Amino acid sequence: MIPVTAPMAGVVYQLPAPVGTDVGEGDSVAVLESMKMHVPVPAPRAGRIKEVRVREGDFVEEGDILAFLE
Amino acid sequence: MEQTDRLRAAVERVVAGGPARYHEKLREQGKLFVRDRLRRLLDEDSFVEDGLLARHEDPELAADAVVTGIGRIGGRTVCVMASDATVKAGSWGARTVEKIVRIQEQALRFNVPIVYLVDSAGGRITDQVEMFPGRRHAGRIFYNQVKMSGRVPQVCVLFGPSPAGAAYLPALSDVVIMVDGNASAFLGSPRMAEMVIGEKVDLETMGGARMHCTVSGLGDFLAASEEEAIDLARRWLAYMPDNWRGQPPRGPARPPASATPLSAVVPKDQNTPFNMYRFIEGLVDADSFLEVKREYAPELITGLARLDGQVIGLVANQPAVKGGVLFVDSADKGARFIWLCNAYNIPLLFLADVPGFMIGSRVERQGIIRHGAKMICAVSEATVPKISVIVRKAYGAGLYAMAGPAFEPDACLALPTAQIAIMGPEAAVNAVYYNKIQELPAEERPAFVAAKRAEYAADIDIFRLASELIVDAVVDPDQLRAELIARFAASRGKAETFTERRSPVYPV
Repeated sequence: MIPVTAPMAGVVYQLPAPVGTDVGEGDSVAVLESMKMHVPVPAPRAGRIKEVRVREGDFVEEGDILAFLE
Repeated sequence: MEQTDRLRAAVERVVAGGPARYHEKLREQGKLFVRDRLRRLLDEDSFVEDGLLARHEDPELAADAVVTGIGRIGGRTVCVMASDATVKAGSWGARTVEKIVRIQEQALRFNVPIVYLVDSAGGRITDQVEMFPGRRHAGRIFYNQVKMSGRVPQVCVLFGPSPAGAAYLPALSDVVIMVDGNASAFLGSPRMAEMVIGEKVDLETMGGARMHCTVSGLGDFLAASEEEAIDLARRWLAYMPDNWRGQPPRGPARPPASATPLSAVVPKDQNTPFNMYRFIEGLVDADSFLEVKREYAPELITGLARLDGQVIGLVANQPAVKGGVLFVDSADKGARFIWLCNAYNIPLLFLADVPGFMIGSRVERQGIIRHGAKMICAVSEATVPKISVIVRKAYGAGLYAMAGPAFEPDACLALPTAQIAIMGPEAAVNAVYYNKIQELPAEERPAFVAAKRAEYAADIDIFRLASELIVDAVVDPDQLRAELIARFAASRGKAETFTERRSPVYPV
């Protein structure tokens, strides 16, 4: 299981890849809103979304786990 | 034996380095012998060696584990120091240190760059009284480096370890090139860490090349092989003058690699990220961009490039990473790169698309204010030709850190997409009208907010700022390259001194 972590503090704006989605390396697993910017969070490698740990609107701190890939 | 024969025999023995078993070990590690490294680094037959006979009477101590001398790179004179890992693992004894100190002094006297090729186990504890504490002992190497910094370029290539005190050698160089998998730098070895603080950690995790190039920021380039590392050192020096009074050498002028017009690279929506590398590719000469610290704090791009053959230093926000927001590490990276360029007469080009410095409790605890102040300090002090281009947003202190109008750029240019403000329209309307918005019935709020945002946008319209002479010009992105070439060419005679004093009190 590979964790996908928040690159910076912010609010979860979108979760375009629900559990079961196959993502390629670099595909957005989440989009954060931070500093009035939309910041995509890319998958560190290709895989399937196993678990999503956050919901839209949640505040996340840098390094928090957003989802797990397998 | 006749004296000449005696010399030839001694030289032959010394240039072969240490015992065969250590040469074998080098091969196993995928490393080159020190003299092969020097052959690749220097122009053919240009090397002239000092101190070759140091400790020659001891068969185990050829040249006392370090090769020093002068040579040429691309026809230009350099001083070199290169560890010999086949001799006592490249460790430092009394003669080793004296040889290093002397070649540094020579680089300063001749006003030429120095290259350190490091692969060393550090100081010989058994010889410590002769090499560690005294006036011309190991400490003097670092003292000299500080004195040389900003006078002559110092390039450090790490092929193997650079432990304990020797770790300051890369830290005090202008640039550090590390060979992935073999290079490392650490104050205490993993064995020492386990003994002294009880930590169990492997060498690569604690002080490996990849860690230093991605996390600590000690490394500037992560090279896949020794050959690549040495070629990078040669390439680096092609952008550097011989010393602080010289100009960086001109290269051949080439059109940009990308034919995509810059106007097509920047999205209109301020909140949509784009890739600043595409913008740089469309702006600078093809194949000229040498990125520094690519893997470290990638929300800020720093690197050397050529514009119509002329060397420039680029500092660019990367909106594709963390929205281009400046963090503690990116401010640190930016400050150091600006200091480098200012030291060696390299004109600075800033490409701004920055929502500001990061906010929040985590970065405050990390000292975002003082690290940001450090970058602002470096930008202020830079008296080399300096042009700021506001590509898109430049909000808050982000404008200051990217050489905004108050920081004495020779020109502050805006693209038509530029937006300069204390903060963006969304944040500003919330900040100014927070109470008012709360008082309104819910159904009236969106219209009110939209109207106020439109008002705000009109207030900070870039054409208005041009009319007020806040920016010096609004430039068509497709004309930007031509305009920058003309402006940098015009600023070549610039000879400014920031101010007279002994030293500023740096925020670090």
